[in-house]
Amino acid sequence: MASVARDIPRGREPRELLPTGTPLRLLEADGQAVRHSDLDLPGDDVLLALHRKMVLARRFDTQATALTRQGRLAVYPSARGQEAGEVGAVLALRPQDWLFPTYRDSMAIVCRGVDPVEVLTLLRGDWHCGYDPYEFRVAPQCTPLATNTLHAVGVAHAARLKGEDTVAMVMLGDGATSEGDTHAALNFAAVWQAPVVFFVQNNGYAISVPLAKQSAAPSLAHKGVGYGVPAMLVDGNDAAAVYAVVQDAVAAAAQGRGPTLIEALTYRIEAHTNADDATRYRDQDEVDGWLARDPLARIRQHLLARGLLDEPAIAALDAEAEAEAAALRRRMNADRRHDPADLFRHVYAEPTPDLRGQQQELWAELAAAADDPEVSR
Amino acid sequence: MTAIAERGHARPVAPPGVTMAAALNQALADALSEDETVLVFGEDVGALGGVFRITDGLAARFGDARVFDTPLAESGIVGTAIGMAMNGLRPVVEMQFDAFAYPAFEQIISHLAKFRNRTRGRVALPVVIRIPYGGGIGGVEHHCDSSEAYYAHTPGLRVVTPATPGDAYALLRQAIECPDPVIFLEPKRRYWSKQAVVLDHAGATLDQAVVRRPGSDVTLIAYGGTVGTALEAAEAAAEEGRSVEVIDLRSLSPFDDETVTASVRRTGRAIVVHEASRFCGYGAEVAARLSEQCFHYLEAPVLRVTGFDIPYPPPHLEEYHLPSVDRILDAVDRLQWQETRPAVKAGG
Repeated sequence: MASVARDIPRGREPRELLPTGTPLRLLEADGQAVRHSDLDLPGDDVLLALHRKMVLARRFDTQATALTRQGRLAVYPSARGQEAGEVGAVLALRPQDWLFPTYRDSMAIVCRGVDPVEVLTLLRGDWHCGYDPYEFRVAPQCTPLATNTLHAVGVAHAARLKGEDTVAMVMLGDGATSEGDTHAALNFAAVWQAPVVFFVQNNGYAISVPLAKQSAAPSLAHKGVGYGVPAMLVDGNDAAAVYAVVQDAVAAAAQGRGPTLIEALTYRIEAHTNADDATRYRDQDEVDGWLARDPLARIRQHLLARGLLDEPAIAALDAEAEAEAAALRRRMNADRRHDPADLFRHVYAEPTPDLRGQQQELWAELAAAADDPEVSR
Repeated sequence: MTAIAERGHARPVAPPGVTMAAALNQALADALSEDETVLVFGEDVGALGGVFRITDGLAARFGDARVFDTPLAESGIVGTAIGMAMNGLRPVVEMQFDAFAYPAFEQIISHLAKFRNRTRGRVALPVVIRIPYGGGIGGVEHHCDSSEAYYAHTPGLRVVTPATPGDAYALLRQAIECPDPVIFLEPKRRYWSKQAVVLDHAGATLDQAVVRRPGSDVTLIAYGGTVGTALEAAEAAAEEGRSVEVIDLRSLSPFDDETVTASVRRTGRAIVVHEASRFCGYGAEVAARLSEQCFHYLEAPVLRVTGFDIPYPPPHLEEYHLPSVDRILDAVDRLQWQETRPAVKAGG
């Protein structure tokens, strides 16, 4: 994919660090291209790729939610409505860059190329991380919020020390910006000028707590100036704009110009997880308002209007998404054998004498249970 | 196990000895020299050389890309160390004082300790966290905690504490080479104790206790700052005719059952000595193990000589809190000698 983002000048003056007053945007809600944007519209190939990946991501997400109802997933935090952020940010990364996702970023990880079944290994309760973080440079999904911001800074600073051209992007939500580790990470990244992109998806809620109870800052992007980190506020339902700002931030980091804080304004259409009841804390009118600003419809209308996409192509894409969902269902429905010996593996490089002893205790317990007709029946 | 180490700790050492602080400094310097992936960072570790001067001269010698000051945030130090280790480096970070490490607790417990396990062995984090710990230096509040039980209770961490300059060097070198994360607890009251010793880590291991002084009547089990106190108590007990064996655990996690149980099965009596408070303290684990593994050899209950279950006291009161030679000797006297033997064995 060709580079499309204009090099937005960034200085150290407080004014230059501040985000724009209104979110950066490339596509209006109806899909029309914005007339005068600070960003350049990505090329056609990028726009088509964004649309395609968003279709696949949304189908993956609805399939995952369905799997919770069938008991195949223990829990699933949906990112429906956030496809522009999940896909736009990830497609702007280069292969050598690192992604640090949270539990809500399964779409982003799938978009990065990780096998969906491996992505869902955590949420189906098999193991805490189902994929090899080094294969696609994707860290394990972070459940304690904001702790991964520091890991991203560490990976990025190490890359710089080693002379590697690697940028780390960490994903976090509006709630996570209240955590101390976010503060430390922005500060460390700025002092070290580490090649990091902080990608905040402000989806309005931290489980049930709305943004107004989370922060009194003019915007979350405004927090950057206090650390000396340039910040950008972007329409998080505009995949083209998300792609452009992340690509700009990645390029700046790779050129040694340090970290960027990006706030993408979006909305969590579903409840926090399948176990949450969003009607207790927000009105359906609010949800409906955001459904009308659907990120997928926006880029699709743009592509249709420009003749880059037509109905047969959409039908073919939907069929592809259905086939992927069917394959995911089939694979997730297969019962997996669980080896109790896995409990004791990988606690240390070599099992300690205590762990070897405890494994023997478990073996004896299992052997006794197998011999007991009451238990084994 | 016949690992009877140098016994000079309790005796005055001739001047050309090396302090624990110098031994630690040498270990860091040698590791930085031999392995270009080793980094040293933390608060004030650069130009100042650390508040205890453990990193003295390292920034000047190895450059500020490898030995550097960080912003003042312990969670930030450990969290970024995790990321650097993910990307192939070996960070050795300093927490300025025991109680100042607590902001890093989440990073240590939820990430550093678990990364290997949750990634099924794919991501190893060879990170060493050096923490000056314990009291005995007249420090004001938050400067004297013994926090070992918090770390030792956490699967995935190794917890190590040296008692001598020689061990400080060898264990720190081993810790840096270890593929597991290591909490390296430095007994700050022993930083300036000297020992005539050749600094070397060939053949050293990270998980073995050592018999510091052989004896036959009772086993004192100590670590870090209390090893010296236990050796003084053993010396005093010898004058009263009791032969006291002193074990320096060195590794708090994993635990070296072999050395400890061999000793206690031989002596039949055991006392655990530590500065940390007693309730749910490390001594409780040792006592439980001895009751499980040495029950039929024991002549008396396993006793604990520890700090009281109080927040660490102010400097003018810490002498009443810390395990002393007298308190250890009193505990030795309470080990039911009369009930099992007609008279105290003479000569030891």
